[in-house]
Amino acid sequence: MSLIELKEVCKRFGNLEVLKDIDLSVDEGEIVAVIGRSGSGKSTMLRCVNGLEPVQKGRIVVDGTDITAPKADLNDLRQRVGMVFQSYNLFPHLSVERNVTLALRVVRKTPEAEARDIAHEMVTKVGLAEKLNAYPDELSGGQQQRVAIARSLAMGPKVMLFDEITSALDPELVGEVLRVLETLAAEGMTMILVTHEMNFARTVGHRVVFMHEGRIHEEGPARATLDSPRTAELTSFLDAVLH
Amino acid sequence: MMREFGLNDVYFLLLAARWTIALTLASTLIGGLIALVVAILRTMPFRLANWLAIGYINLVQGTPVLGQLFIFFFGFSAFGLDVGAWTAAVTAFSIYASAFLAEIWRGSLQSVPKPQWETSAALGLRYFEQLRYVVIPQAVRISLPPTVGFLVQLVKNTSLAYVIGFVELTRAGNMLNNATFAPLIVFLTVAAMYFVMCFSLSLTSRKLERSLHVAH
Repeated sequence: MSLIELKEVCKRFGNLEVLKDIDLSVDEGEIVAVIGRSGSGKSTMLRCVNGLEPVQKGRIVVDGTDITAPKADLNDLRQRVGMVFQSYNLFPHLSVERNVTLALRVVRKTPEAEARDIAHEMVTKVGLAEKLNAYPDELSGGQQQRVAIARSLAMGPKVMLFDEITSALDPELVGEVLRVLETLAAEGMTMILVTHEMNFARTVGHRVVFMHEGRIHEEGPARATLDSPRTAELTSFLDAVLH
Repeated sequence: MMREFGLNDVYFLLLAARWTIALTLASTLIGGLIALVVAILRTMPFRLANWLAIGYINLVQGTPVLGQLFIFFFGFSAFGLDVGAWTAAVTAFSIYASAFLAEIWRGSLQSVPKPQWETSAALGLRYFEQLRYVVIPQAVRISLPPTVGFLVQLVKNTSLAYVIGFVELTRAGNMLNNATFAPLIVFLTVAAMYFVMCFSLSLTSRKLERSLHVAH
């Protein structure tokens, strides 16, 4: 059974239809790269998956929980779904360690010592053990984004959602963040990533989903789909981003 | 009978200044608690709560604090409730402070970037947890300068309590003036005491601001 299942999902902002009949399923351990022009609905789709955006029609089932059901417990769901944003959004008033332990302490009621152990482990994993006591404003963009990933991982999510997490970074900082994603991929983490890094999508992604005007316009195995697109829209999109 | 303004009178004014401080502190404390609730009601995603808060803020801000003093001092006794000057003054200034602080804090809460809410929601924090652990700590830093600015106003405005017979610094100055007929020296001393109170408030706030990690 798939870990994430979207069935005929429609989403409107006022009169603007941003998602039109989206069907998508993601298996455990699968890495799905979502690509497309800005405004095509990629980020919105991602945000729907952890309930940050309500949908008007359709069903979204994540890890057995129907999050479109009226009584869905979104807070419970969000502990199983990690999300990392383009703008890092670290909590500026908290140290790196406190950023990572906040949800553990508040949501999980994890004892302080245990929470710190987890934080230490996660921050080490993203290569920032020496920054445990630093504040976000003392870190580079790439470091902040790695802390944001560690913060999500601390909750032990079953799936990670990445929303253009390298788009705000200086080019020389993109690599360090992508390397963290590669580590996660090697560990078998289920991931959906909205990205403009075609090379990364091609090498690390199992599957590519190309969104166009609110629909999934083309999807298939990452390498094959990116190397030989079947639709004119994907061809022209790839032409535009690769040159 | 007339007499000279002397050191004893300065001491008398200092004793009265304690009541200015007490009135300011009590109103800040009680008003601040009410303001916190009103500011949250004003910003939470629930229309009815927003309207209630807006109504309260406008009602209080739209009426003079002098009138509020009279209402609580004389109004209560009309219902057979005999409240003293202290109770009436604290009630009036608490309500006055609560509306202004609520409005200042509403702005501070709203100036915390929306992604901070979203990110904490995505981590599984519930609304009040997001508010308590993520939004309020950042809003406090933003709100510090305007809050202190208002408190400086409050220190000086408590002088209005003299109209209901509450003996604080200004009223004490008035009494001394009647006894000494030396208005210049009396009210210059009174003004100096207000200045010391307000200026130390501003200094503390500046120190506090520097020691906090302010959001970018």
